Amino acid sequence: MRLLTHNMLSSNIKGVVNGFPLRIEAEKVVEKTVEMNGEFLKKMFEKIDWKAFVDASWAMGYTELPEEADSSMLDSDEFLNRFHHALLELHLEEGALVCPETGRRFPVNKGIPNMLLHEDEV
Amino acid sequence: MWYLCVFFHRLLDYRRPEVESLAQLFASFEDPQNGDVPSQLQWKLPPHYHADSPFHFVNLPSEQLARKIANRSILVKGMYELWGEGGSYEELKESVLSYPDERKLSYLDSDSTFKITVDSFGKVISLEEQKELIHGLSYIPFKGRVKLKNPDHNFWLIEVDNYGGNNGLPPIVQKRIFFGREVGVADRKLIPTYQLKSRNYLGPTAMDAEMAFLMANQALATSGTLIYDPFVGTGSILVAAAHFGAMTMGADIDIRVVRDGRGPDRNVWSNFKQYGLPMPLGLLRADNNLPPWRPMLKEVFDAIICDPPYGVRAGGRKSGGRKLLKGAVQPYTVPDDKRTDHIPSTAPYSLVECVHDLLDLAAKMLVMGGRLVFFYPVLREEDFKETHFPEHPCFKLISSSEQILSSRYSRVLLTMVKTGPYTEEIAEAARIKHIEFKENHLKWLEDGNLHSAVFSPADAQLTEAGDSKFTKDPKPKYRGKYV
Ligand SMILES: C[S@@+](CC[C@H](N)C(=O)[O-])C[C@H]1O[C@@H](n2cnc3c(N)ncnc32)[C@H](O)[C@@H]1O
Repeated sequence: MRLLTHNMLSSNIKGVVNGFPLRIEAEKVVEKTVEMNGEFLKKMFEKIDWKAFVDASWAMGYTELPEEADSSMLDSDEFLNRFHHALLELHLEEGALVCPETGRRFPVNKGIPNMLLHEDEV
Repeated sequence: MWYLCVFFHRLLDYRRPEVESLAQLFASFEDPQNGDVPSQLQWKLPPHYHADSPFHFVNLPSEQLARKIANRSILVKGMYELWGEGGSYEELKESVLSYPDERKLSYLDSDSTFKITVDSFGKVISLEEQKELIHGLSYIPFKGRVKLKNPDHNFWLIEVDNYGGNNGLPPIVQKRIFFGREVGVADRKLIPTYQLKSRNYLGPTAMDAEMAFLMANQALATSGTLIYDPFVGTGSILVAAAHFGAMTMGADIDIRVVRDGRGPDRNVWSNFKQYGLPMPLGLLRADNNLPPWRPMLKEVFDAIICDPPYGVRAGGRKSGGRKLLKGAVQPYTVPDDKRTDHIPSTAPYSLVECVHDLLDLAAKMLVMGGRLVFFYPVLREEDFKETHFPEHPCFKLISSSEQILSSRYSRVLLTMVKTGPYTEEIAEAARIKHIEFKENHLKWLEDGNLHSAVFSPADAQLTEAGDSKFTKDPKPKYRGKYV
């Protein structure tokens, strides 16, 4: 699971109001090189919840992102490289995503988050 | 300028929509001097030709656009600048001679190489005859050198003879001969390269390569776009989108399909690796009835493409046990010690609810102007002409292409474009509807199952039949696997 996906997901258990962001429990993090597409990154920047993204990157052991960011920073190659790396190249291979409200763990195995709810959560 | 657009003689309903989609896709790269590409192209047919014939004329603002469309299209065999046409070789000659010199001479000069190919439709022309026909074109002042491999200019002499509709396809009623310069042709290696036969990881409902590419074209897949399949299965639709440069994401309710596959080197990821394509940005296990996207997130996907789970073969499931939804059992709590390995039970997912969820997801998650491309099953009943396709205030239907699977069932590829924002009111209406579905689960299931047999294996067998008697006015349809 890349941090892009993490930034899009929330706990949708019935009754949960603040299911975002899911806390990352990282057991195994891997890096995979992805070709950079500046245009795509700029589009995604608009959609990202930055605070959740930075926290997630810390949970994955990456600490190079600035606490705050605005779109003017996209002109800097250095920033773009870091953004790209954190968004698309860091993978949670094994671990879990934890619902901030209920503590329910959504397991991540072989890089696939399992977001399916139990019968008593729908 | 009008171009002769020759189609492959298959998937008849899918042909013009594909060209129109590709015109939209490439319009943004067009030289503005050439004018805008209208959202609906102008089309013409040769005299007395049926729209189901392979020969069409399309009006495009530039040759470059015509070439790009042909090169990327699945169903366009070639695009040609027509130099002349007629019902006989005499008429053809007259027509070619009267075509303006300034459009012809630069392609005939002595520095260039060229080749003339004779093609026929509805008849076979022997090599001897072909040579004669080429000699017969001596009234065209070709000054260049003949080169059979990669010439600068390719010319085509296409003879179409009247023949009966013996293969279940409509007859051509009048002999016609076209002569033109090739502007662009299809990439014929694409489909054999991606054919399912050689796919690393296959499932029973994997989308065949040709259809997957058509869907990716309807979705305007290209570099820099993000495309989502909420029923990703083995990823066969996203593979086509990735081939065209799109970034992809997918979800499926079935963890064995989306995570495990058939081992470490036979899974959704390996289907991308096999062709050297970039991996999906994300794959997850999720139920499209209860999508896990964070509430504030909107307008992230450029397109959503899918083959939703209808019917027996890949019948949809959704979260919540059947008995639970029926109200036959009290909701129970999964004991803590069982939670990690517990496999949640699922209930059948009716067609109406599945489509409702898909439209709601797309309305929220697509960018404005983004496209939703999906299959919808129909019963070919008496009232077929009045088929109602799903509607949504945020979407405009731009094409519906039918593929007949049997005398009773068809599937229709719908392409919708998002024209309105996902407002609070629409979100609220969808939320109420979601609850209504949950409360009336059984009733909807019965209604919704009306169409559910469409994709059952028994019907898939019937598609082999080529029963040409099956015609229906005003729009005759021809049964057959690819029609
Ligand atoms: C017709 S198949 C699509 C196959 C896919 N195009 C492929 O390439 O393999 C439908 C898929 O939807 C999945 N599915 C069924 N119900 C679902 C739901 N409620 N949410 C998400 N996926 C679901 C099934 O597991 C199945 O893989």
